[in-house]
Amino acid sequence: MDSALIPEGVKRCSFPKFFIGIAIVGAVVLWGVYGMLVCWLKGLNVTGMDDYYGFALWIWADLAVIALGGGAFFTGLLKYIFKVDELKNIINFVVILGFVCYASALLILAIDIGQPLRGWFIFWHANVHSMLTEVAFCLSCYFAVLTIEFIPNILENRQLDKVPFFHNLSHNMHGVMAIFAATGAFLSFFHQGSLGGVAGVLYGRPFAYREGLLVWPWTFFLFTWSAAAFGPCFSMVVLRITEAVTKKKLVKDNVIHLLAKISGWMITTYIIAKIIDTIYWATVTAPSMGLKMSFFFTGEGNGPYNYLILITEIFLCGVVPGLLLIVKSTRENPTTRLIAIILGAIGVSLNRWVMVLQVMAVPVMPFDKWALYMPTWPEIATTILPVAGGIIVISLAYRYLPVFPQEKELNEVTVE
Amino acid sequence: MFPFCFEWVWDAGHLLFFGGFWFAISILGAGMTWCILKALYETIYCDGSDNHH
Repeated sequence: MDSALIPEGVKRCSFPKFFIGIAIVGAVVLWGVYGMLVCWLKGLNVTGMDDYYGFALWIWADLAVIALGGGAFFTGLLKYIFKVDELKNIINFVVILGFVCYASALLILAIDIGQPLRGWFIFWHANVHSMLTEVAFCLSCYFAVLTIEFIPNILENRQLDKVPFFHNLSHNMHGVMAIFAATGAFLSFFHQGSLGGVAGVLYGRPFAYREGLLVWPWTFFLFTWSAAAFGPCFSMVVLRITEAVTKKKLVKDNVIHLLAKISGWMITTYIIAKIIDTIYWATVTAPSMGLKMSFFFTGEGNGPYNYLILITEIFLCGVVPGLLLIVKSTRENPTTRLIAIILGAIGVSLNRWVMVLQVMAVPVMPFDKWALYMPTWPEIATTILPVAGGIIVISLAYRYLPVFPQEKELNEVTVE
Repeated sequence: MFPFCFEWVWDAGHLLFFGGFWFAISILGAGMTWCILKALYETIYCDGSDNHH
């Protein structure tokens, strides 16, 4: 039925099977859209947010998808600026993933502001003293960059490519992609960093507060570093899922090994910096505010916020994946590599959870108690919405666009 | 916001934030304009012989 649209030389499942899959995921999208409409029509009082939790599940999801989508800017930087040519075989997929992640972030923000018709206020009535203004500017511009990076792949669709203008446009865009990628890396550095900076400048919340360099707290640099380190892990996790669903090998091992090696070294150096930051915060910064480290991880009613969450974030989901990916034998073993990249993706998400929600949960006044938070169903539905939307975008891209340059070669070899 | 709007203030904050913002927009806009105009030129005036790929 749609065979004329499918790239030449590759096999795809039948259209009815594909349609059923999309319809199932589409039902989840509809549930999310319903949750979104409930939030917009009834207001943010339908959420679990209150005076303690101005930032909650949505902001965690925002920070997490932006960190996980960091694979796009970092891989683009390596491919177009540092000329790591092997990554051309995975760059299309990483860009699509980045596009999905940033579209998700913007969608969630559009719900979180409660009144999306006033979303443009942040550009027009900008508070130029706020790190979040910088985030909004860079996030929007970087989404434009990802869209521009995605367009040539769309124009390479078998039918669109027959149109001379589209063919020429796609070729010209490839020609200047390094400029777009450099702009994207510049924008990403600042918005990833500023998301960390938002937590680090909260001097009224000693759990988050960090000293730093000039106007930038150390969390600024740690957030950018962690996104560059763990973003490629998420790209490899989604690639592995795509390969499992399609029952095909889509990218050669040498490309994955290279990306895993770079990611491993980035994670290892990041986690050393993170450990130093944590020790300095626990022994200097927090005591200078009259608090001990134990105050932030113990106490009546602290729920899940005990030392285990710190150990999980830093050791299990930081040190372990870093080591697994820098040691050649474990990096090249599919099982240990899969464990490492899954732990990495969980680790950066957990870091964002801690820096958003544990910050809000810790008591700040002597008479305060630990404040725990439980999201409501509209928050959960609207957080799952972009995940389901992302699955649809990736499925459509895989079916109709030449996303993986090595797919044809790899699967011919498998058949033989 | 533009410098000719009444809310604009000539201070470092506005210059850095909006300077960076408009700089990034200009690069993206100029890059895309160049690609589109070149593609139009090639489509209209070139003979269709394809040596791109």
